[in-house]
Amino acid sequence: MTAKILIIGAGQAGMQIAVSLRESEFAGDITIVGEEAYAPYQRPPLSKAYLAGDSDEESLEFRNPNFYAENRIKLVTGEKIIGAEFGENGGVATAASGKTYSFDKLALAPGSTPRKLTLEGAELDGVLYLRDLDDAKALKDRWDGAKNLVVIGGGFIGLEVAAAARKAGKTVTVLEVADRLMARAVSPITSEFYREAHERRGTSIRLGVQMTKFIGAEGRVSGVELSDGSVVPAEIVMVGIGVIARGEVAESLGLETMNGAIVVNEFAETSNPLVVAAGDAVLLPYPLGGDTQVRLESVQNAVDQAKVAAATLLGTKDAYHAVPWFWSDQAELKLQIAGLSMGYDQTVLRGNQADEHFSVLYYRDSKLIAIDAVNDVPDYMAVRRALAAGHNIPADLASDFSIALKTLINAEKA
Amino acid sequence: MNKINYISPDGTTTTLEARDGDSVMETAVKNGVKGIVAECGGACACATCHVYVEDAFLAAVGGANDLEDDMLDGTAAERLPNSRLSCQIKMRAELDGITVRIAPKQV
Repeated sequence: MTAKILIIGAGQAGMQIAVSLRESEFAGDITIVGEEAYAPYQRPPLSKAYLAGDSDEESLEFRNPNFYAENRIKLVTGEKIIGAEFGENGGVATAASGKTYSFDKLALAPGSTPRKLTLEGAELDGVLYLRDLDDAKALKDRWDGAKNLVVIGGGFIGLEVAAAARKAGKTVTVLEVADRLMARAVSPITSEFYREAHERRGTSIRLGVQMTKFIGAEGRVSGVELSDGSVVPAEIVMVGIGVIARGEVAESLGLETMNGAIVVNEFAETSNPLVVAAGDAVLLPYPLGGDTQVRLESVQNAVDQAKVAAATLLGTKDAYHAVPWFWSDQAELKLQIAGLSMGYDQTVLRGNQADEHFSVLYYRDSKLIAIDAVNDVPDYMAVRRALAAGHNIPADLASDFSIALKTLINAEKA
Repeated sequence: MNKINYISPDGTTTTLEARDGDSVMETAVKNGVKGIVAECGGACACATCHVYVEDAFLAAVGGANDLEDDMLDGTAAERLPNSRLSCQIKMRAELDGITVRIAPKQV
């Protein structure tokens, strides 16, 4: 009988586990322990609305402060769990503060942390990362005083910040080691479109460059030196070169991990029957089938996997089959992705890239597997629906942009 | 005062006070009103905060923009003429007392 559930991690996944447990009428104790000083909040707006001044700390909060008490969810902030001892039917977790938290079952949602760029000058003020609210505050504090902003890393976060900075009238340069933008997430077709779209808006995109050091004076960054010896001036350098799974607690508990990520099955079960895990830190079987294991760093995965984890905690096994989806807002461009395009062997381009309104459909063995949609919600929604139902949209028909994709979803199992 | 009345699919009504500028979605989610999922947190990216706006406030609320209009085509519950995504309705004085019915299915 599970009466006490301890959730380690107060991000999107940890919060959702607690909410889902209560929505499933779980009547026992729920404790969420988070390292940050804040009650659970939304991260996506940090690089978007919060940076643009369109949202504040209060609007980032997932729930009003009284929600936790009303739902008997004990929220502990500013506390880091460093280990746990297991008995046969539960255990006791220990925090860095020395406090202990007993549990019958444990849920891990530790999230991820930005990969650091360890170059000379990395300690200079103004070399920033963007993961949590403190990072966003540090960025905002320096925002108005900066004329030149360099982004290192042409991924979602970096490009969102670049777009916001450009909109604010700053001189913006994006430095990317790879030969294209968002290389992990999208195909070259979409990458090339984004390079042009950002350059049209006045951002300088420099691909295939190597950074050698951060330059600064009096403890403050003033630029980034490249391998050709040139220096790109910057009062803010925002580094967005990916995240690392925070599997250290799982490792200390002796759970199976791979490259720091917590290995789970389709029920969010770890190698310990008393422990589930969800969110960014997890390596999971690809929810749409096949034998690939993936990490999904997204709100959607945090929410949907947390629901699966909550069900597992309550003894209701509900395998994870949700369609992965992602979005990124950069300037006027709304990028929406459904499915993972890895391993594609065919693409179909629909629409007109010059109008900044198009989609790219990805196929493997003639079967639809993913979409990148730019300002094209109908195509995105149609593909998401098709993938969820396991249906195909034949590539030869999809290439006619005048036909709505949703009318092409056939009943044939893909 | 910015009062919002939410009518849940089971018929119960919840009345909440909104902060000026907060959306109808945010106010519901923060107070734990069930039935508004809002997976994307208000980015108009998921169509899981679908509501039906009661007639008296339809004009004051105004219409959906193109993006929202497209998203509304993908809602899980039936789209009606008074369908809106509640993340796109920001509270202001003239919407005080608005009533929305929460769509019976969001995902």
